[in-house]
Amino acid sequence: MTDLTDLGVAAIRDGIAAGTFTAVEVAEAFNANVAAAQEALNAFIVATPDKAIEAATAIDARRVKGEPLGKMGGVPIGMKDLFATTGVQTTAASHMLEGFVPQYESTVSQKLWDAGAGMLGKLNLDQFAMGSSNETSYFGNVISPWKRNDGGNAALAPGGSSGGSSAAIAARLCPAATGTDTGGSIRQPAAFTGITGIKPTYGRCSRWGVVAFASSLDQAGPMARDVTDCAIMLEAMAGFDPKDSTSLDLPVPEWAAGLNADLSGKRVGIPREYRMDGMDADVAKSWDDGIAWLTDAGATIVDISLPHTKYALPAYYIIAPAEASSNLARYDGVRYGLRDLPEGSGLQDMYAATRAAGFGAEVKRRILIGTYVLSAGFYDAYYTQAQKVRALIARDFAEAFEQCDVILAPTAPSAAFALGDNTEDPLKMYLNDVFAVPASLAGLPAMSVPAGLNREGLPLGLQIIGRAFDEQGVLNAGLAIENRAGFTARPAKWW
Amino acid sequence: MSVDTATVAKIAALARIKLSAGEVEAMVPELNGILAWVEQLGEVDVTGVEPMTAVIPNTLRLRDDVIDADPLTGGGIRDKVLANAPAAEHGFFGVPKVIE
Repeated sequence: MTDLTDLGVAAIRDGIAAGTFTAVEVAEAFNANVAAAQEALNAFIVATPDKAIEAATAIDARRVKGEPLGKMGGVPIGMKDLFATTGVQTTAASHMLEGFVPQYESTVSQKLWDAGAGMLGKLNLDQFAMGSSNETSYFGNVISPWKRNDGGNAALAPGGSSGGSSAAIAARLCPAATGTDTGGSIRQPAAFTGITGIKPTYGRCSRWGVVAFASSLDQAGPMARDVTDCAIMLEAMAGFDPKDSTSLDLPVPEWAAGLNADLSGKRVGIPREYRMDGMDADVAKSWDDGIAWLTDAGATIVDISLPHTKYALPAYYIIAPAEASSNLARYDGVRYGLRDLPEGSGLQDMYAATRAAGFGAEVKRRILIGTYVLSAGFYDAYYTQAQKVRALIARDFAEAFEQCDVILAPTAPSAAFALGDNTEDPLKMYLNDVFAVPASLAGLPAMSVPAGLNREGLPLGLQIIGRAFDEQGVLNAGLAIENRAGFTARPAKWW
Repeated sequence: MSVDTATVAKIAALARIKLSAGEVEAMVPELNGILAWVEQLGEVDVTGVEPMTAVIPNTLRLRDDVIDADPLTGGGIRDKVLANAPAAEHGFFGVPKVIE
């Protein structure tokens, strides 16, 4: 019999609907994989096997009654621990929120449950989603299931911040998971682990009930093993929410039904500024492969320019910390989360002690940067200048999209690095998001699809960036690559 | 622009994060490295460019001016609001003494 944990979203949903297997059988199979891998991979902060069985039992009962099962009917998923889930601890991987049990459900997770999905558990991440390797979690590093083919045993980063999500999907602990992307946090981990993930247009998925990092950038999206599964799950997650002031009041397209890998008449832009000096040879080759695949799919390749590319990352590292310093001001030890009240101290001392104890080093670093760039006398030089540069970056994209329909680029400058490789120098870690951040600053839909393996046997991802609201164009180009890349590699099981 | 220990200590005080003298010392070169790197933004000619205020053009909505327009964000849920408070007392958030 097929191993149910080898199946993706569509296959599980359709198999349950057809009666080939039950939702409970699927949930039990994934629950077993989650439990068996926890010690080695640390992908979950909390596993919720009972929740998965409960949701599956409800789906099986609905099927018996002949009721509709939903877009995600019977599919158990992992939930990044940034989404508030009623009655289940939600931490943002921070000591600050350890033990926080939401009394309400985030809009995105509620939509997924309404679509018939069940929850396997809350996935580990970089603390407050700040990181590119999952090494800033208070609950320990997530270990990638991938190993280099050099015979060594180096523990590799699953990417970040959605590193629990990427590791869990690659290791077959769940068929799909939620991610959030502020500056590459869906796409870079997807690339590092040989899976697929899409960040939709800013505003497609509600931010209500998602622990805030940088509100003008934060956007949820699906991570799964193929483009079709991402399209199905994105349909379930997206939609207007009056509780999010920047939610897009637009109908949700039927992206899965609209998938079409024939790119005849489409123009694919290749941004010359992304071909940087000293680019990794395997990354450059996978980019060339992508160009050949999209040409084969009928697209015309166009050379484009995004002149302000090199300024995207420094602008991001002003804007995101500035927003984070404001958003994280809410952690005061009064209303929820940790309180550290030194003996005999007053309110101000309690704030400072609580935030010293609750936040990790990277979170503190970003709050301090954000506080500095927003402080009197520096605001215009840093923050206003960064927001002007951001406007220029968005303009670059708008002008490029007069010449092309989608943009193809690498997702990350390298394959997964080893844990500890980039932790000494924060700047070196930040540079990992050099190709991902520009689309975030411009609010554009962007996805990563697996392109192949590098010489070390590790996955590389290709990134497709589309016009605002054109998730369909992005998914279609992603499907054209997927059909030609023939990516079937998976990590050999060692955990 | 670069920061010194006094500036880092001031920022930390503004951000309400207690840092030891050693932590302030360690943070100075880290912040200076990041600040020196972001300063390249000064090279960009932004003449006539308005700072971005909305990444996707959108209009802010007004909700109906009624009580509990959305039950999830409405009132009457005091116990839920207090459920995660570190020191809820008598239906209020408890804080240490604030009057000197």
